[in-house]
Amino acid sequence: MPDGPSALQLVLSGDPALFAIVRLSLYVSLSAVALAALIGIPLGAWIALTRFPGRQGIIVLLNALMGLPPVVVGLAVYLALSRSGPLGAFGLLFTASAMIVAQTVLVTPIIAALTRQTIEDLWLEYRDELTAMNLGPLGRIMALIWDARFSLVTALLAGFGRAAAEVGAIIIVGGNIEGFTRTMTTAIALETSKGDLPLAVGLGLVLISIVIAVNALAWSVRRAGERLAG
Amino acid sequence: MRAPSSELPIKFDGVTVAAGGVTILDDIALTLAPGLPTVLIGPNGSGKSTLLRLAMGLLAPSRGRITWGGLEHVPPLKRAIVFQRPAMLRRSAAANLRFALRAAGIPHAEHARRIAELLELVGLHALADRAARRLSGGEQQRLALARALARDPAVLFLDEPTASLDPIATKAVEDIIRAVSERNIKVVMATHDLGEARRLAGEIVMLHRGRIVETGAAASFFDAPQTPEAGAFLAGELLI
Ligand SMILES: Nc1ncnc2c1ncn2[C@@H]1O[C@H](COP(=O)(O)OP(=O)(O)O)[C@@H](O)[C@H]1O
Ligand SMILES: [Mg+2]
Repeated sequence: MPDGPSALQLVLSGDPALFAIVRLSLYVSLSAVALAALIGIPLGAWIALTRFPGRQGIIVLLNALMGLPPVVVGLAVYLALSRSGPLGAFGLLFTASAMIVAQTVLVTPIIAALTRQTIEDLWLEYRDELTAMNLGPLGRIMALIWDARFSLVTALLAGFGRAAAEVGAIIIVGGNIEGFTRTMTTAIALETSKGDLPLAVGLGLVLISIVIAVNALAWSVRRAGERLAG
Repeated sequence: MRAPSSELPIKFDGVTVAAGGVTILDDIALTLAPGLPTVLIGPNGSGKSTLLRLAMGLLAPSRGRITWGGLEHVPPLKRAIVFQRPAMLRRSAAANLRFALRAAGIPHAEHARRIAELLELVGLHALADRAARRLSGGEQQRLALARALARDPAVLFLDEPTASLDPIATKAVEDIIRAVSERNIKVVMATHDLGEARRLAGEIVMLHRGRIVETGAAASFFDAPQTPEAGAFLAGELLI
């Protein structure tokens, strides 16, 4: 064991280096979930309410993309953002933005697929009523999204859980640069092998706490939904 | 009291509905005119719900045509329907009504007053803030009635509104239906409960296997049915 503070001491003393890493991780994953929600919720709702050729294929694909391997996403985003890639001109590789892009790609299918399922089930139940109320397409979508809000928040939390826990994508496009792109998962993956065990274990503790908190939140949202909306 | 609306009469002219190779309604000719409630009776599967969906404009005939006040394709601005199993929005009772008022384009300033009136009419004022899906079956049925009335309809279609209710809840719903009819809203109701038809109907339309077998004023229909099917149905025999 190297000398220096233990993992728990690092966490409890509010070690600035550790908390900078935690803050960056949350910034990256929350930004990715926000972007994925902006894309995934309208996309999922649109697929739920529209009939077009190839729709079944899109749904199967979307469900498959929920299990996209993070390293493959990392590789694809790396190629797109690298100097010779189609988005190379933006110079995003090895920045927090690159990590946000990669996690957005990872999380969007999860939110879109869960939204599609939720909205479609609700539409089957509401279709006659909303049609009898002579509601237009926009009014329908707004009503469905509003009434599905608790399930949709649960979908966002599922997306956040996935983003916060993954390492494969952001390690490739971020590079684990200290003070710049070092996140909880990349630090744990790389600092362990370099021997900084207290930092790795401390971050592991924080990460597990966050995952537990997210699941507790998802559970409370579901309970609140049942109580308020039935 | 309201002026007779352009929704009425609703005329069915040679209307047939077929789905999946099966004829659900066959050559229906029918006029729904202002006046006392018209009650559709007939055994399960005879086509009552399908006929209501046609009259509401939710379903297009396979053949024949339907006109509202002489016009085809009239959007359901002054029609409302309570389905056999109404879907409650995942909101409070009051919010279900507010949603219907907004969908009907009723000015926002009137919402609070109208919601209070409608809840009072159906006896749910104490449950305004309860989640609609947490209400009992009878309460949900009354909320669905209020929600349909929020549209300020000229015609109200009701699909077996008391089918799964106990006698007390049934009486509450029938009282509301009577009050609605007295306000000059045309009620068109499906039921397979003959007692209910006797209590509410001004006019009877009897369906059997997708065809109209008999129509007429309720009093004469119940006293002297003209067809063997109607006689058998009134005698409580099983019509298949
Ligand atoms: N969309 C549909 N496709 C095929 N058959 C249907 C459809 N809707 C109703 N039916 C059939 O049409 C018949 C009449 O149904 P319905 O109008 O619901 O009767 P009722 O309300 O009198 O019980 C039933 O046999 C039913 O199974
Ligand atoms: Mg029916």
